[in-house]
Amino acid sequence: LQQPGGSSICKCLKRPSPSRVFVVRKDQDIYIQTLRKLFNESHGIFIGLQRSEEELAGKSRKAQLVQVSKNYRSVIRACMEDMHQAASKFVSILSAMELIWNLCEILFVEAAAAGPLLLRLLDWVRLHVCDVDNMVREVLSSENPSKHELFWNLGNTQTLTEMELKWQHWHEECQRYLQDGTFASNSHMESICKILLGDEDAILEKKELLATWYQFLVTRLLYSHPTVKPMELRFYAQSSMDLFLGGESSPEPLDTILMAAFEFEMHQVIKECSIALSNWWFVAHLTDLLDHCKLLQSHNLYFGSNMREFLLLEYASGLFSHHSLWQLGVDYFDHCPEYGRVYLELHIERIPLNTEQKALKVLRICEQRQMHEQVRSICKIMAMKALRNNRLGSALSWSIRAKDAAFATLISDRFLKDYCERGCFSDLDLIDNLGPSMLLSDRLTFLGKYREFHRLYGEKRFSEAAKLLLMLMTAHIAPCSFWMTLLTDALPLLEQKEVIFSAEQTYELMRCLEDLTAGKSDKQKFQDDDVETMKVEMLRLALARNLARVIVKEGTLEGS
Amino acid sequence: AGGQTKTGGVIFVQDNRISIWSVGDLGNVGLNGEYQGEPQLLCDIRHNGDVMDMQFLDQERIVVASSTGTVTVFHHHQNNQTLSANQRWEKAHSHVDQDTSCGGAACTGVICNNPEIVTVGEDGRINLFRADQKDAVRTIDNADSSTLHAVTFLRTTEILTVNSIGQLKIWDLRQQRNEPSQIFSLTGDRVPLHCVDRHPNQQHVVATGGQDGMLSVWDIRQGTMPVSLLNAHEAEMWEVHFHPSNPDHLFTCSEDGSLWHWDTSTDVAEKPSFLHQGGRSTTYFSHNTINQSVVSAWLSNDPTKDRMEITNLIPNQTLSVNSLDILGPCLVYGTDAEAIYVNRQLFA
Repeated sequence: LQQPGGSSICKCLKRPSPSRVFVVRKDQDIYIQTLRKLFNESHGIFIGLQRSEEELAGKSRKAQLVQVSKNYRSVIRACMEDMHQAASKFVSILSAMELIWNLCEILFVEAAAAGPLLLRLLDWVRLHVCDVDNMVREVLSSENPSKHELFWNLGNTQTLTEMELKWQHWHEECQRYLQDGTFASNSHMESICKILLGDEDAILEKKELLATWYQFLVTRLLYSHPTVKPMELRFYAQSSMDLFLGGESSPEPLDTILMAAFEFEMHQVIKECSIALSNWWFVAHLTDLLDHCKLLQSHNLYFGSNMREFLLLEYASGLFSHHSLWQLGVDYFDHCPEYGRVYLELHIERIPLNTEQKALKVLRICEQRQMHEQVRSICKIMAMKALRNNRLGSALSWSIRAKDAAFATLISDRFLKDYCERGCFSDLDLIDNLGPSMLLSDRLTFLGKYREFHRLYGEKRFSEAAKLLLMLMTAHIAPCSFWMTLLTDALPLLEQKEVIFSAEQTYELMRCLEDLTAGKSDKQKFQDDDVETMKVEMLRLALARNLARVIVKEGTLEGS
Repeated sequence: AGGQTKTGGVIFVQDNRISIWSVGDLGNVGLNGEYQGEPQLLCDIRHNGDVMDMQFLDQERIVVASSTGTVTVFHHHQNNQTLSANQRWEKAHSHVDQDTSCGGAACTGVICNNPEIVTVGEDGRINLFRADQKDAVRTIDNADSSTLHAVTFLRTTEILTVNSIGQLKIWDLRQQRNEPSQIFSLTGDRVPLHCVDRHPNQQHVVATGGQDGMLSVWDIRQGTMPVSLLNAHEAEMWEVHFHPSNPDHLFTCSEDGSLWHWDTSTDVAEKPSFLHQGGRSTTYFSHNTINQSVVSAWLSNDPTKDRMEITNLIPNQTLSVNSLDILGPCLVYGTDAEAIYVNRQLFA
């Protein structure tokens, strides 16, 4: 959504062009704010329409669709009111949009039949003509109400034929007055009479009081053919425009669009609007509505999707460039059956995740749509960020969300590395409270259990600690790289006054030590520094001593 | 400002604002208590970054937590209806050894007890500020290894925090050590907790909301696990609030677009006269004879037995309800559809 500064509202340029950089300026704040309101409110209407009862048939469905159309228009009008402080060109753009939409509602959604059709068109013109002071209005308001009661009173059980007859009578009466020269003395009255009879020339004489050709059209129809049928409109429209413009000026884009509507060329309307407005919002929502009215045949475009979907995809894609409106875009993609999913997958990964809360929102959207790959990817990004910032708990939290065992292993290794370097654990509040998440990865399990060992030792629960320590090796929970550390941890237990490890346990420990040293190649043994060698020797000694003590102890116990 | 993007050559500047609105007088209410007139914008001011949380410090000052990690105190001048930034603590929250590609740390929660302000953030830090002091009174770095999502006062000198590995912690600010005085955890999976609130009258009753939409009620006098777990929303519960003057009522809002009203106020048929009002009773009675003021209905284990009424206040939910607040008969909430709703007859 940019404001190129021209007459178009918003354009989603596909290729970035560095030479045209537009900074959204302060004086367009109201405009942008209002557009956001338009997008948000219409999103609600759009969703409501997609969810609405398709089972409703005939009149009730039509009434429902007309209401939706009216809701869209009322949002446009509300935005026009909001924008009244801003430059009039913005207001006029919205006004044009509402004008077009309103006509489409009458002709396509409501599909007003002959009779009501003219009434709707009259309302339409009245609503949109800004110039109040003109003679046609005066004429309209000064008409003898009684004569027209019958005309307006279509709510009663009058058929079209009855109404036409009555109108015919009135028309003939008017004609008589003219021919009798009743108004001959007063040229104004005569003029009015001619207008009432639908005399084109008479009406055109007062052209300066008519703002537009479609106002002229409706006036003509009112006086010459009030029971005009929808399909007849095109002829009157074309001639009205020709007569009104009179070859002096050429039709503007708005005129072309309205003409296409009068000609019931829906696709043409949409096409012209896309070009003239450069505004995906309008065509996307209107087309969607028309599609729900089952009025659009599948119009296959080169990539095989239909027009409705194409427009919605374009509109929604534009929303994704905004830091918060992207959420609306998600719902639009949801309702594009062919390509919505793939578009969503592509766009959602590009949303900048500047806060964790935003990341959580994106994740929720992905999870709800079973977009597992995106879930993993986002969680990994967040976990990496957390890890780089030394937020190990956060990193683990993201791994749990993605059920990412590999990353959980990475985090555990980080903890263990820290422990080895510093001799103590960081973030005990985390490790001590892993709960079932401990099972996410073997390394994480080891971390939790290892910490438990330290806790048991700290609480002087030595035999339990010893048992756990041994289990960590024999059950292969501990990675081989950590065995030396574990065995070293066993030393204080071996050198306690009281014998802790049983004979069997001591044998196990010895076996572990031998496995460890045997695993090393001769070269490695040669490279081992003195400290390493001494450690092994110390362990062997301690284990042997413990074995000696425990054999005696166990022998004695058995004896007694 | 964060959030600048480029689309086809246009640079977007994030336009976040703090706004003060007037919703007029009580006369303008419709059938459902919906405010009929248009809220009037009194004044607004630009805010750098997303507003993550905010609270009134007093009648005129508002403390705002930003996604940039900054905490700002805004002053609402009621005489000429303007807002100004009074005090600002830049980088109240940030990552140490900051890798520039990783960005800053958002301040996720703020709570006030005039003149004290406590903030928590994605950096796991807790800050204690005083509105009139430039420097922080106290900072606990790395208070938590995960993200702190919310904070509230338990007592004047103690705070409660919740984090992204499902822990509820009590911190005693009088003590100099940087450790929590107590840690509570969820049973089962360590689902992140996003919000916390304390019962206005019964200080041992605490409610938290989690990423899975679950409402947990804790009795912090006993045990380290929640007393009850209530399956509620289908997505993150962003905020939980006890009604300040009517605490049998609780409100929660969620990413799933719903706002729930939890009502435990029941008409108790029998009121045993020998029970103390608000006293501590060691004998337990069956649920339907317990007087509300003795044992909190929130601590009961089976809400269905006690006729808890739960109502979704939003008929056509679409986007997330991020925040809510209640005062008296008035409920206010905001959604991701950029709309604010006001209901002025909550209990009608």
